Amino acid sequence: MATLLPPKSKRIKLEEQKKTAEQAEFAQIPSDLPDILIQFRASDTGENDRTPIKVPGGTTVKQLELLLNELLGNSDDPLPYTFSVAKNSVETNLANVLDITDDIYSSILKPGHKTTEDLLTVLYTPQAVFRVRPVSRCSSAITGHEQAILAVAFSPRNSSRMVTGGGDNTARIYDCETETPVKTLKGHTGWVLCVSYSPDGKYIATGSYDRTVRLWDAGTGSALGDAMKGHSAFVTGIVWEPYHLWSGEDAPRFASASKDCTVRVWDAKLRRVEMTMSGHTASVTCVRWGGNGFIYSGSQDKTIKVWDGKDGKLLHTLKAHAHWVNHLALSTDHVLRTGYFDHTGKVPASDADKRRIARERYEKAATIGGKVVERLVSASDDFTMYLWEPSRDTKPITRLLGHQKLVNHVTFSPDGRLIASASFDNHVKLWDARTGAFIASLRGHVAAVYQCAFSPDSRLLVSSSKDTTLKVWDVRTRKLHTDLPGHQDEVFAVDWSPDGMRVGSGGKDKAVRLWRH
Amino acid sequence: MPQNEYIERWEKLHGKRLDHDERTRKRAAREAHNSSKSAQKLHGLRAKLHAQARYKQKIQLRKTLKSHEEKSVKTTTAPTSDPLPPYLLDRTQPSSAKALSSAIKQKRAEKAAKFSVPLPKVRGISEEEMFKVIKTGKKTAKKSWKRMITKPTFVGPDFTRRPVKYERFIRPMGLRYKKANVTHPELGVTVQLPILSVKKNPQSPMYTQLGVLTKGTIIEVNVSELGMVTTGGKVVWGRWAQITNNCENDGCVNAVLLV
Repeated sequence: MATLLPPKSKRIKLEEQKKTAEQAEFAQIPSDLPDILIQFRASDTGENDRTPIKVPGGTTVKQLELLLNELLGNSDDPLPYTFSVAKNSVETNLANVLDITDDIYSSILKPGHKTTEDLLTVLYTPQAVFRVRPVSRCSSAITGHEQAILAVAFSPRNSSRMVTGGGDNTARIYDCETETPVKTLKGHTGWVLCVSYSPDGKYIATGSYDRTVRLWDAGTGSALGDAMKGHSAFVTGIVWEPYHLWSGEDAPRFASASKDCTVRVWDAKLRRVEMTMSGHTASVTCVRWGGNGFIYSGSQDKTIKVWDGKDGKLLHTLKAHAHWVNHLALSTDHVLRTGYFDHTGKVPASDADKRRIARERYEKAATIGGKVVERLVSASDDFTMYLWEPSRDTKPITRLLGHQKLVNHVTFSPDGRLIASASFDNHVKLWDARTGAFIASLRGHVAAVYQCAFSPDSRLLVSSSKDTTLKVWDVRTRKLHTDLPGHQDEVFAVDWSPDGMRVGSGGKDKAVRLWRH
Repeated sequence: MPQNEYIERWEKLHGKRLDHDERTRKRAAREAHNSSKSAQKLHGLRAKLHAQARYKQKIQLRKTLKSHEEKSVKTTTAPTSDPLPPYLLDRTQPSSAKALSSAIKQKRAEKAAKFSVPLPKVRGISEEEMFKVIKTGKKTAKKSWKRMITKPTFVGPDFTRRPVKYERFIRPMGLRYKKANVTHPELGVTVQLPILSVKKNPQSPMYTQLGVLTKGTIIEVNVSELGMVTTGGKVVWGRWAQITNNCENDGCVNAVLLV
C-alpha cells in the first residue's frame, strides 16, 4: 500500500506561491531589453545633473542608488534615494511623476508609460539615512488627567520623556520607557493649553487659560518659581529661542502668544518679561522663533508679523490672508526643536560644541541652493495656505489652494521637502515645499483633522482627528499606512518623538496613548 | 457769531475772570445744598418734576457705580464648557451630535447602563386589545383566524403583502409609521429620524416580529444625520431608542435615544 503524503499546510502553500511569483517576475524582464537613456535630476533644485547615461532597461532601485552615489561623489558615505520618472521632461512637479518601486522595467516600461526610445528624466530625492519604523499598535493608555488633554510634546532628547497639558489645570510628565506617569505639574488655575520643552530638554514651559506661563524643571518636575504674569488673556502658544542663538548656556528665552493680541518674550533665568510685542489687533494664534533670530506671529487679524528677536522691533507685516491665520510652520521647525540632539543620540560634551552642532544642523536644514533660507507656511481660515520667505520678500512665494474648509494645522517635513496640512474638510494634503505645488490628498478621516506630525525621517505622517482615530500615512505611496483606532473620543493633540520610536496622543477621552511599532 | 454768545466772546477777548475756577468749584460744592433745599421746599407739579429728575439721576449713578465695581473685580478664569485646545477656543462649536458621542461612550463604559432603559416597566396589552378578529366571508368568519392589528406598526420598506387568502395579520396602512421624533436625553434636542427596525417589543416576541409600536418598544433609528462616530472612526448609522408615548393615542412616535 502506497503511503500518501499529507496535504501541504496553508503556510507552505502560500510561501511556494510567493516564490514562484517572484521567480516569474524575474523571468519577466525580457532578455532582449535594450539599454535606455536616463538623465538624473535633483527633485529639490530641479537642475539636471549630468549628461544622459545609458543603463540597462532592468536596472533596479538599488543599482540606481549605487550609480547616483558614485556620480555625486558620496560613495564612501552613501545616501538612500527614491527615484521617480517625470512624465514629461520639463515637469518638476512631484504630483506628475511615476515612482520607480523596484526596477525601471516593471514600473515604467512594462505599464507603457514610456518606451525604451525615450530619454527618461529620473528625479531623485535623498532620504534620511535612518529609518523610522511605522507605529502600529497602542502600547499603553495612561489615565491620570481628569479632563481632556489639550497638548502633547516629546522631549527633544529622545522618546523617553513626554509632557501633556490637560483641562484639569495640570501638566504631567511621563516616562515612556516604562509607560508610567512621573510627575504631575500642579500650579495653574486654568486649563493648560500649551506645553513646550526647551531645545536642550532641561525646561518645560506651560501656558494656561489662567493667563500665566509657568516654568518647570524637566528632569525633576519641580516648579521653577511662581507663575509668570503679564498676559491679560489666555496663552495660545509657546516657543523657545533656538539653541544656537542662546546668549549663555543657561539663559534661554521663550516667546508666548496670547489672546490679548501680544507676544511676550520671557527670560527664563530672570523670570521676567523681556519684551512685549504688541501690534496685532486680534488674538495671536501661533508664534514661531526662526533660526535667524526672527519671531513670527500669526494672528486672527489676518496678518503675520515678523519681529526682531533681539530688540523686539517689528520688521515686516505679511498681509495676504483673507481670514484668521491659524497656524505657522517653519521649514526648520524640527531642527530648532531638537537643537543639538540628532538621530545618533550622541550629546556633545562642551557647550561650544553643542552650540556649533545646533547651528550646523540648522544651517543644513535651511540651505536651499547654497543659501540659508528659512521658509514659512501659514494656514488660515480662508481655506488656503501661503508659502513665504520672510528674509527675502514680504510677498508670498505662492498660495496653496485646494482645501475646502479651514486649514487648522500645517507642518514641514523634517527634511524640508514636503508640507502637510490638516484641515477641517477631513483631508490631509501634501504639498511640495519648494514650489508649493499640490502633490496628493490623503483621504481617510471621516471628521475634521486637527493635527499632523511627520516622522523624523520624513517617510511617514501621522494625523489626529475628531473621528477618534490616528492615521499613519506613507508619504511615498501617498496612501494610508495604518489606521490607529483606540481613542474613545476626539484626538486633540499628537506628536511624533524626535527619535521616531513613539507617537503620543491625547484628547477628549482623558487618556494619553502611546503608540509603537 | 450768534448774538447770544456774548459771554464766550468776552472770555475770548479778555480771558476768564481771575476767580473763575474758585467760583465754579464753589457753585458745584453748593449744588447739593441747593438741591436739598429745593427738594424740601417744592410742592405740587414742581416737586413731582424734581423728584422725577432726581430719580433718573440716581439710576444713572447706581449704574456707573456698578460698572466701576465690575471693572475692579477679577474675572474668573474658569470657563463653563469642556476643555478645548487653543485652536478650537475661539470657534463656535457645532455642539449638536458630536457632543453626544463622548457622553454615550462614557455611559457605555459603565456596564449597568447597558441594560437600563428609560422606561423599565410597561402596561401589559392583552391579545384582545391588540388584535381585532376579522369576520368577513363565510370561511373566515366561521374559523375566525384572521386578525387586524389595532396598534401602530412599523413595516419595512421591502415588505410585500401575502395573498389575502393566507394573510393572517393585517397591518393597516393608516397606522404605519416610518419616522420617529427622537430626543437626545443629554443634549435635549429632538430630531425626526427614520425608523430602521423594531428591536424589541416588551409585550411579546411576536409583536416584535410584527413591528408593533407601543410604549416602551425599542426601535432602531437612523442617526447618520447626527454625525456620531465610533471608536474605530466610522460614522454611526443605526442606534437604538425607546418609544415614550402611546403612539396609538397620539398619532406620532416619540422616542428617547438610548445612550
